[in-house]
Amino acid sequence: MEELNHTTVWFVIFAMAIGSFLIRFSFLGLIGDRQMPEWVLRHLRYTPVAVLPGLVAPLMLWPAATGGNPDPARLAAALVTLAVGYFSKNVLAAILSGAATLYGLLFLLG
Amino acid sequence: MTTSNPKRHFLRGTRDALPFLLVIVPFAALFGVVATEAGLNVAEVMGFSVLVIAGAAQFTAVQMMTENAPTVIVILTALAVNLRMAMYSASLTPYLGSAPIWKRALVAYLMVDQAYALSQIKFEMERDLTVSERVGYYLGTVAPLAPFWYGASYLGAVAGAQVPPELALDFALPITFLAMIAPALRTFAHVASAVTSVVLALVMAWMPYGTGLLVAALGAMIVGAQVELYMERRAA
Repeated sequence: MEELNHTTVWFVIFAMAIGSFLIRFSFLGLIGDRQMPEWVLRHLRYTPVAVLPGLVAPLMLWPAATGGNPDPARLAAALVTLAVGYFSKNVLAAILSGAATLYGLLFLLG
Repeated sequence: MTTSNPKRHFLRGTRDALPFLLVIVPFAALFGVVATEAGLNVAEVMGFSVLVIAGAAQFTAVQMMTENAPTVIVILTALAVNLRMAMYSASLTPYLGSAPIWKRALVAYLMVDQAYALSQIKFEMERDLTVSERVGYYLGTVAPLAPFWYGASYLGAVAGAQVPPELALDFALPITFLAMIAPALRTFAHVASAVTSVVLALVMAWMPYGTGLLVAALGAMIVGAQVELYMERRAA
């Protein structure tokens, strides 16, 4: 991993700070009761499930820690997390079961 | 209730938000650790947690910076993660839109998933709340969350350098994100959107500097919206 450039890091921080605030302030700041177009809302509804799975998928399949090779412990942990989160709707329970699976298998498969 | 009582609702909000500390504290500490491992110093970690105050976007930005993605792509993708907050902003506007501008700015800065979710439900259930009571409740929910978010980020950043590789912290981010996504897969449209995102991200992995993820996210949003429309028409 290359050394991060600290000027760039601060640039990213300030750009994200301003951008995030504008996104959050957008409708609260600009409008009182005007309605957003329905098609915009319909797309915005899917932003979390559209961005995060795509970000995670390569990390799951090709983890850098194992030189980019699929790793049974990490894959199993990911699937357990997903299943527990889906059925329990409990974020914390999902994280804990995923972590338990990961450490359990890393220990067993050593 | 005849008189407005924002303070009472502030305390109610605080009480309702307390269980979320169980999620916020480890998540923030994890950000501190992961960001430190990626090469950020304590001031930068705190810059993220205090100025940006959006966990998923912060993790995304750090992850992409370690992959040496161009700065513009890092910012665009991380902000895309935060786009859902435009939806929160829109849905809180009917309840808080007539509050003074500085209060609305404060609400905007402190807009996090948990505060939004609690407040949205509260405002919908208790229609007769005054605007200042609503602002009171909302600020009450973030009163415990924000300080613990900052504090745990700091502790994570300070501890970060001492975490051994055997702890496999590289996988903390995927697990945390999966845990957040799974409960959000409420409808077939959400599932279709998530699957599209995964497939496109993997197929587009050859694209330089994480631009594939932007394409995947855009495609997945469109698929989600179109499937929702299709399901509505079929149900009608």
